[in-house]
Amino acid sequence: MKKILILLLTATFVISLIFMGVGCKEKVSGEVEIFSWWTAGGEAEGLQAMIDIFEEKYPDVEFINATVAGGAGFEAKPVLVSRMTGGDPPDSFQVHAGHELIDTWGVGDYLEPVNFIFEEEGWYDVYPEDMISILSMGDDILSVPVNIHRSNVLWYNKAVFEDNGIEAPTTFDEFFAAADVLEAAGITPLALGDTGIWAAVHLFENVLLGVVGSDDYIDLMDGSVRWDSDEVKEAIQTFVDLLDHVNDDHSALGWDEAAQYVIDGTAATTVMGDWAHGYFMAKGLTPGVEYGYVPSPGTAGNFMALSDTFCLPADAPNRDAAIAWLKICGSKEGQDAFNPIKGSIPSRTDADISLYDVYLKSAIDDFGVDIITPSIAHGAAVSETWSAAIGDVITLLVADKDVDAAADAFQAAADENL
Amino acid sequence: MKQSRKERTIVILTITPSVVAVGVFVYGFIAWSIRVSLSDWIGIRPDYTFAGLKNFISLFKSVRFLIDIYNNIFFTILFLAICVGGGLFLAILLDQFIKGEGIFRTVYLFPLAISPVVSAVVWKWIFSPKVGVNVLLTNLLSKIGIERTVEFGWYTSTASFGPFNIALIPIIIAASWGFVGYVMAMYLAALRGIPAELKEAARVDGASEFKIYMKVILPLLKPITLSALIILGHISLKMFDLVYVMTGRGPGFVTDFPSIFMYETTFAANKFSQGAAISLVMLLMVAVVIIPYLTMSLRRET
Repeated sequence: MKKILILLLTATFVISLIFMGVGCKEKVSGEVEIFSWWTAGGEAEGLQAMIDIFEEKYPDVEFINATVAGGAGFEAKPVLVSRMTGGDPPDSFQVHAGHELIDTWGVGDYLEPVNFIFEEEGWYDVYPEDMISILSMGDDILSVPVNIHRSNVLWYNKAVFEDNGIEAPTTFDEFFAAADVLEAAGITPLALGDTGIWAAVHLFENVLLGVVGSDDYIDLMDGSVRWDSDEVKEAIQTFVDLLDHVNDDHSALGWDEAAQYVIDGTAATTVMGDWAHGYFMAKGLTPGVEYGYVPSPGTAGNFMALSDTFCLPADAPNRDAAIAWLKICGSKEGQDAFNPIKGSIPSRTDADISLYDVYLKSAIDDFGVDIITPSIAHGAAVSETWSAAIGDVITLLVADKDVDAAADAFQAAADENL
Repeated sequence: MKQSRKERTIVILTITPSVVAVGVFVYGFIAWSIRVSLSDWIGIRPDYTFAGLKNFISLFKSVRFLIDIYNNIFFTILFLAICVGGGLFLAILLDQFIKGEGIFRTVYLFPLAISPVVSAVVWKWIFSPKVGVNVLLTNLLSKIGIERTVEFGWYTSTASFGPFNIALIPIIIAASWGFVGYVMAMYLAALRGIPAELKEAARVDGASEFKIYMKVILPLLKPITLSALIILGHISLKMFDLVYVMTGRGPGFVTDFPSIFMYETTFAANKFSQGAAISLVMLLMVAVVIIPYLTMSLRRET
């Protein structure tokens, strides 16, 4: 009796070992929870395109799409921080490359380096070195980039511009001249949707870049140019002047509702990153036909960049499935499915250009030649603590329009965070 | 009265779990928050380096926090006034033994059963500058031939009376809508508890109905008013969900509250030490309201 039992047990053990071997080779099962803030038109569809690829490749894995609505992750990030610090990490989460990735999560030691994925997939050859450097802390690569966004774009309604005989403005003088014409015609010159304030920070950083230029903009981030200098004050003044030409319900709207004003023609332009391009396309518009795009005033030749990446939390509950997801995020197939819909350009150098539309082609070309400047509002240029302090200053500025007070507060925030 | 040993064991056994739970999850975490608030913890990893009162000093220097305190004070005053006044009014109306009282009672109480997040979204639409009441007012006025020129910004308005931001008004309306039925229920229960003989006696003495309410009934409702003020007061000092969903911080922090400041400082700016300092100041504010009430009711019981 005992012998039979032992025999049976051994047999089961061997059989299960065989199956385990088979299972380990290809199959990943269970579930995978991916955390992001992609819920608006364009970005949600882009994410879905990547999820479709994932589900086709790994049919046994249940994909949990954990999204928290809100542009730039303003609402999502607090949820993420409380989950990560509370010991309930998602399997992978969206994080902006640069200081947000490194200062918040890298220094905090919450992430597993993904160098091994880069080696296995041969990504060292297809990602630009600059890209890898903003993902790295020392030698550790901390996340897998899915895209690059340009954030210094002025989007405009072509019909409105034509009806009023306006050319796309490239300087602030041209913009303010155009604004007078548009206001006379009863059209809001600039649409802004800054509920949660980040869109105002986004507008401000583009004004700042347009006024002080890329050298001083980059130097502001390491303290070698002062934030209470005259040129920054001039930028703040320009920003305040712009606020006179925005829709008066700006603080009740999200960026997508502001973009909708441009589609409707009640507003002529909006300054937004090229996820607005994804939004316009999701609404069935064609770039260059219904809407046009130029670098925001004064920023031609500069490419304000941010990159969405996915990382591997050190204690991800479903590590294998998370790695499978990251491999799709970084793959040519994944990026070419995601980016044309999301309205962003691939972070790889070998993407299939023919898949991208006229706007994205121009962005890919510009990325190759322009000066790259990091975004404040999107976590690339400064730490989240500093970025939040800048957001607080701008929250007051949009209401009281006190230029000198804002300059002093900016400098105080820089002193505190440098 | 002597307790047997068995009784005493049972008492200790039944009380211990809740004492331990409250000790750990309430007082333990208050102590932990105090420790964090005195530390230099910025970033996601805990850092308990002692930093003294630095976080509290920078807090009271912060423009945002000052605005938050004013906002919270004005919100609390108006919220309490509307809820208590409105609740009492509704309770007196319902106390007239009208037909369909049950229906009205349920209707007034329903808002309390709705999640603040849900009602916040609806109120956000109602008071949105380009839709909701603004459109309604414009249409109504144009029907009677008046061209409306003044557009209300509602919660996006940055206008103020002194330090009082008028953008708070829509939030006060939304919050009061949620709680007025609750106060009504409290008052109604108390009104039903007042013996009919008292009213009869007053009537026999020739008092008018108005006088009966002023001189007999209202004084008897005083304990209920006090309870309502305390309960609503601490709710309003901790108000978060409704405001966060409805407006967030608002332009120039016109609709910012200490709780929102605390949440964003802790989890968006990753300044955990500063966030703990804000939450402790909030705890003190609530304690100012709650502790006198607790001591008073404890004294009454003994």
